[in-house]
Amino acid sequence: MRPASGWLRLKALARAYWATVSRPSKFYSLGFLTVGGFIAGIIFWGGFNTALEVTNTETFCIGCHEMRENVFVELQPTIHYTNRSGVRATCPDCHVPHNWTDKIARKMQASKEVWGKIFGTISTREKFLDKRLELAQHEWSRLKANNSLECRNCHNLNSMDFTRQSRRAMEMHSTALAKGEKTCIDCHKGIAHRLPDIKSADAKATVLP
Amino acid sequence: MKKILAMLFCCSMLSAIAQVGDGHPRGLRGSAPLDKEAAAPLMPKMINDDIRRGRAFAMQPPVIPHQIESYQVDRNFNKCMSCHGRDRVPDSQAPMVSVTHFMDRDGNFRSEISPRRYFCTQCHVPQMDVKAPVDNTFIDAEKTVAVKKGATK
Repeated sequence: MRPASGWLRLKALARAYWATVSRPSKFYSLGFLTVGGFIAGIIFWGGFNTALEVTNTETFCIGCHEMRENVFVELQPTIHYTNRSGVRATCPDCHVPHNWTDKIARKMQASKEVWGKIFGTISTREKFLDKRLELAQHEWSRLKANNSLECRNCHNLNSMDFTRQSRRAMEMHSTALAKGEKTCIDCHKGIAHRLPDIKSADAKATVLP
Repeated sequence: MKKILAMLFCCSMLSAIAQVGDGHPRGLRGSAPLDKEAAAPLMPKMINDDIRRGRAFAMQPPVIPHQIESYQVDRNFNKCMSCHGRDRVPDSQAPMVSVTHFMDRDGNFRSEISPRRYFCTQCHVPQMDVKAPVDNTFIDAEKTVAVKKGATK
């Protein structure tokens, strides 16, 4: 009968706790509780947000060798890392939504990545290469589903001057993109990282420059 | 005999030195002295106007009239084929790779690009927006006949 008695003890504890919480304070003033609660709220919320933002930096991402030695190395020669105007898109700029609710949702999904880190899902280069198509497809479907939101945080269709683009770019952007038939990721796969063998997975994969 | 050879060698060297500054092209090295490194020229821009260039001879691989920087062409993926591939041409309106690219070494046509024609930049190159250091005196094969006829007259 041990489990039952354990349950009963827990129930008693919960009841005692509820009795304390539901009663007015006996020792502390209302002012102390209000102001104290407010300050504690600032500390907790600020702490939570700071911790969240720490996980939202390039330094944090490349803290693990999986990212530092695979995807980060591939990012470095691309235009999103170094370019003439000196603007850099770091990992979270493209891989984490900027909007708070979406960010929290993505962060919760990312707990799977902690699992992957602990159990070494992509702990070697070979394991990473075997898994990369699946990982890439996750990102492509995410960007497809949110209409390339992370691209559009910087690249806005309304701010595009087609006359400053090359003829091919102008033709594609002014038709397919402007009409909403296509979204950025439909054509611009593999701009920041090397592409896996897509053909073996999907013969009709659309990748245009 | 040895002395004469040495003299001749010295003379030839002197004349070579004398020729510096006479308008002869000096290649990529430029006019910097041999013990100094010349300042590197600015990086030229890749031509990106999408205007197809002519071919100097019938079998010349056409040059690429657009920039191909960071295009991935490896075992996994061929970026060029995402426009120039047979199945992509209707969407991209780019010229399809010629039918010879589908032939294997025995002359059989395959449905996909033959591995020996897979690496595009082995033959096809983009053009840089630079002035050639040496003037080109190439004459198209069709015109050589006319030029020769003109010369004999």
